[in-house]
Amino acid sequence: MGKVKSKKKGNINLPEGSLEKKTITLNLGPTHPATHGVFQNILEIDGEIIKSAVPTVGYIHRAFEKIAERRPLYQITPLTDRLNYCSAPLNNLGWHMTVEKFVGIEVPKRASYMRVIIMELARIADHIVCNSIMGVDTGAFTGFLYMMKYRELIYEIYEEICGSRLTTNIGRIGGFERDFTEAAWEKINKLVTEFPDVLTEFENLFVRNRIFMDRTQGVGGISAERALNYGFTGPNLRAAGVDYDVRIAKPYSRYDEFEFDIPVGTTGDCYDRFQVRGQEMWQSLSIIKQALAKIDALEGEEATLYHADAPDFYLPLKKDVYTKMEALIYHFKIIMGEVEMPVGEIYNSIEGANGELGYYLVSDGGRSPYRLHFRRPCFIYYQAYPELIVGGMISDAIITMSSLNLIAGELDA
Amino acid sequence: MDNTNLQERLVQKFGEQIFGFEENFGILKLYADKNINLKIMQFLYDEEDLAFRFLTDLTAVHYPNQEGAELEVTYLMYNMYRNQHIRLNFGLDINQPDIFTATKLFETSNWLERECYDFYGVNFVGHPNLIRVMNVDEMDYHPLRKEFPLEDQTRRDKDDEMFGRGGDFSYGNMNIKG
Repeated sequence: MGKVKSKKKGNINLPEGSLEKKTITLNLGPTHPATHGVFQNILEIDGEIIKSAVPTVGYIHRAFEKIAERRPLYQITPLTDRLNYCSAPLNNLGWHMTVEKFVGIEVPKRASYMRVIIMELARIADHIVCNSIMGVDTGAFTGFLYMMKYRELIYEIYEEICGSRLTTNIGRIGGFERDFTEAAWEKINKLVTEFPDVLTEFENLFVRNRIFMDRTQGVGGISAERALNYGFTGPNLRAAGVDYDVRIAKPYSRYDEFEFDIPVGTTGDCYDRFQVRGQEMWQSLSIIKQALAKIDALEGEEATLYHADAPDFYLPLKKDVYTKMEALIYHFKIIMGEVEMPVGEIYNSIEGANGELGYYLVSDGGRSPYRLHFRRPCFIYYQAYPELIVGGMISDAIITMSSLNLIAGELDA
Repeated sequence: MDNTNLQERLVQKFGEQIFGFEENFGILKLYADKNINLKIMQFLYDEEDLAFRFLTDLTAVHYPNQEGAELEVTYLMYNMYRNQHIRLNFGLDINQPDIFTATKLFETSNWLERECYDFYGVNFVGHPNLIRVMNVDEMDYHPLRKEFPLEDQTRRDKDDEMFGRGGDFSYGNMNIKG
């Protein structure tokens, strides 16, 4: 008693029984293939048990909030692409809807339904990546290959609509730049008819798979209370048992006209998150079917509209720009960023693929936002990561990370 | 409880200390003295009929022309059951941007406060780990403040006046220590 014994080993002089002696510091990331993005975690491990974790973020910070302060509205859309690049259309359309709400543009029914289709496709694409990557991280590559084929099909649909695949810049403020082509409708119908079989097959591979269940059940769990305190939203919060969904709480784009369920889990662990995402894909499919039916049921002029009549903000058709004076003027005004916004502020949010994606826009009446803040869901819930993995194995940390659906672009803005 | 009742309830409790009520797209916004930010948040959290127990968002805005309240820290709290938001704004002097941390109440605010510190230099008193979250630690300025220009200063077409608001910001020097 009283005397601290110490053992001298090399240059390290540690008191007897200190924690440092037992643990190893391990850098997980920032470019480890198992982390699916630029994530660094400084882990203290004792054997394979994680004792503490310190996540570092900001490796691909691109200062979008600053850049947005000098961009005209239509140039901010490509910035939002690069937040959650697994579901870029959701980000794009969320931004368009924020501006529309702010300046008071009413979008016609058909454009809203078309948006719903695109947004649900994006949600499916995002969940495909997340769920199949969970499979890969638990050692099952097959499901990934089955599902990627249909993400590819969704990307082809984007391509038909806006010309690009990953960073889509889809739609315009006020609607879509052009009507969906025949090929786009065909591909949407193809997805709606073929995807259920593949999704069933995928679920057969995983949902009652003993190995997958052992790897994911009880791993990375969080209680509803803690999840709320950490600001979880989206599938991660619903997996913990809270049925919060922005599509229901604050319906946008006429989501209130659709019938769908909000799947919830109970334990908030990796398995529940997987299940919630799986069920959400079924709900998204059903929403797309309903939207297709609603578009078919439209009659008269309504059945052809794909954008709002908002000349100050909606870019006119190119052929009108060449032939009509007024269209030319508005085209010039919009492209040169000479459209002024009203003074005020708005917080608008949509249900992104991984949580509540919010846009806080402060305008001083200028031509670009005075301040634009993105509420990025995964930046907020990634804080809980140390709490989720401490006490578990390293391999559990990997599967927890992939089940959280972290997107580096969104995390670092 | 609608926004009018909410406002009455808060005025009853805090009286003169809160002011500047306005409603933006259904969200009640108010300003308050920065020293009572935790008191207001705790009150909104604890009271059974208010129960704002979810911190949706936290950020700051820089208004260089507001003497003594150049930085505005803004909290967006949410009640999930009633589906109601409330926005709390606190003006801070840019020379001494101190405000109490909300990390004891919401784990959410940990990184969001670090982000505010990183971008605007808001000093959250009592924060467990107030270091930069996005930028490098060596940075000695706060990049989202309005004194930092975004574009090449020789380009006239990117001046602020071209964006509808006279270009009279003072441009500071940007230095990153080696």
